[in-house]
Amino acid sequence: MSTLLDVEDLRVTFPTRTGLIEAVRGVSFSLGRERLGIVGESGSGKSQTGRAIMGLTPPQARISAKKLAFDGIDLLGISPRERRALRGNRIAMILQDPKYSLDPVMSIGRQIVETLRTHEKVSKAEARERALAMLEAVQIRDPKRVFDLHPHEVSGGMGQRAMIAMMLIAGPEMMIADEPTSALDVTVQLDVLGILDRLVSDRGMGLIFISHDLRLVSSFCDRVIVMYAGKVVEQLKASELGQAQHPYTRGLLNCMPRIGFERHPLPVLDRKPEWAA
Amino acid sequence: MTAAITVDGLEVIFDRFRALKGVSLEVRSGESFGLVGESGSGKSTLLRAIAGLAPVASGSITVNGKTLGARRDKAFYREVQMVFQDPYGSLHPRQTVDRLLQEPLAIHGFADGEKRIERALDEVGLGNGFRFRYAHQLSGGQRQRVAIARALILEPSILLLDEPTSALDASVQAEVLNLLEEVRRRRKLTFLMVSHDLAIITHMCERLMVMQSGEAVENLTAAQLVAHRVTEDYTRNLLRASEGFVRTA
Repeated sequence: MSTLLDVEDLRVTFPTRTGLIEAVRGVSFSLGRERLGIVGESGSGKSQTGRAIMGLTPPQARISAKKLAFDGIDLLGISPRERRALRGNRIAMILQDPKYSLDPVMSIGRQIVETLRTHEKVSKAEARERALAMLEAVQIRDPKRVFDLHPHEVSGGMGQRAMIAMMLIAGPEMMIADEPTSALDVTVQLDVLGILDRLVSDRGMGLIFISHDLRLVSSFCDRVIVMYAGKVVEQLKASELGQAQHPYTRGLLNCMPRIGFERHPLPVLDRKPEWAA
Repeated sequence: MTAAITVDGLEVIFDRFRALKGVSLEVRSGESFGLVGESGSGKSTLLRAIAGLAPVASGSITVNGKTLGARRDKAFYREVQMVFQDPYGSLHPRQTVDRLLQEPLAIHGFADGEKRIERALDEVGLGNGFRFRYAHQLSGGQRQRVAIARALILEPSILLLDEPTSALDASVQAEVLNLLEEVRRRRKLTFLMVSHDLAIITHMCERLMVMQSGEAVENLTAAQLVAHRVTEDYTRNLLRASEGFVRTA
């Protein structure tokens, strides 16, 4: 399997009034054309890892890494202009809530066309055709109507599909999805995941799926990285989640109520300081 | 067994939108009852209507044998308290925990405030050390504990819980759910709990009602749900969705 992304010893540090806060502390992994899940609770550094790869870290933060390479390109060494050319074109990102991540004053179709025309020289008419085809590919039934709607006029599930369409239109090779379905209802969540799954495998893309939901991620991804306090505590195959070794992974799996498994009280996580060491 | 809450043909209308279309419900005293549904199903609206926070157009609500009018009196809030979803939004940002807990006591004219605050904080697993902190100095789980302490401090018999753990991490959620179960057992409380998560409802409740677009879809016991003995397709869909993603290749 060819490596698409290589991350070695990634660190993201935020200066604060009380000193430096290390959000990501030496994360290493590599991604091929596969589905990789990054799981952790709030503050584990999972989102900051995704943002650092995408180049969306706030300007006051410091990023360092022994290696952060996408398809052989050193992401930390290139100019902001070169980085911008990659973003949205070869690397795309889906964010959590379409209510906040789509432009509220622009129609959905125009946003998709804008993405396409930023990265490719195509005529307006052709861009429109391709945007409509893409909306159809994410299973929007009446793409012509949705094309002219504004984000506030569509449901959460529809908005997230539009977001996926926008991210896929330039044909990226790698996609980072940061909690793509957490804001959606459970039944809609599965539809959106199904669409994402098919498009990712049809196009042979690499996917990084960031989520707090260990069980959802393991049902969707090939491989899972578990993060705690800015570090990777465990990497495992999704199919082998049952054999997780680290007490944090096992605790996280255990503490969720499950239908048909009566446990009162629920087991709680006993956080050990050495996990964060 | 007596009914703690009886709702009959309840309609809630916001402007022209019918959020609840004639919903009926009976929660027995000492029982834990769950409301499940997706966004827009009216589950939270039902809870808020009982608490007096939604415009009731028709239908009746009876709590502990007393049929409620349009206005809730003080005695009602001695009996019924509510815990909201977002612990970041439901605590006053410029009041200390102590001040937050004093407010309900002052309203209801309790004299032994000092002792009650100490006991309430102790009960939710926060020591006295948290008493003079502000909400922003607490984690999400700690804030939700404060919100529970505030609800319990008047010693109500009914607790309305609106997605009390959906803003929390999974491990913190387990702690808060355990706490809620413990206080219910100790104080013999009646719970009416809203959640979009079937697993949480079957864990916490004995009976439940599934809702969709302002109407009751079906009434079930937790055991029926666990055994998949459901009659409505909508409930079956929810059950399937709660099992996670299945690849159709």
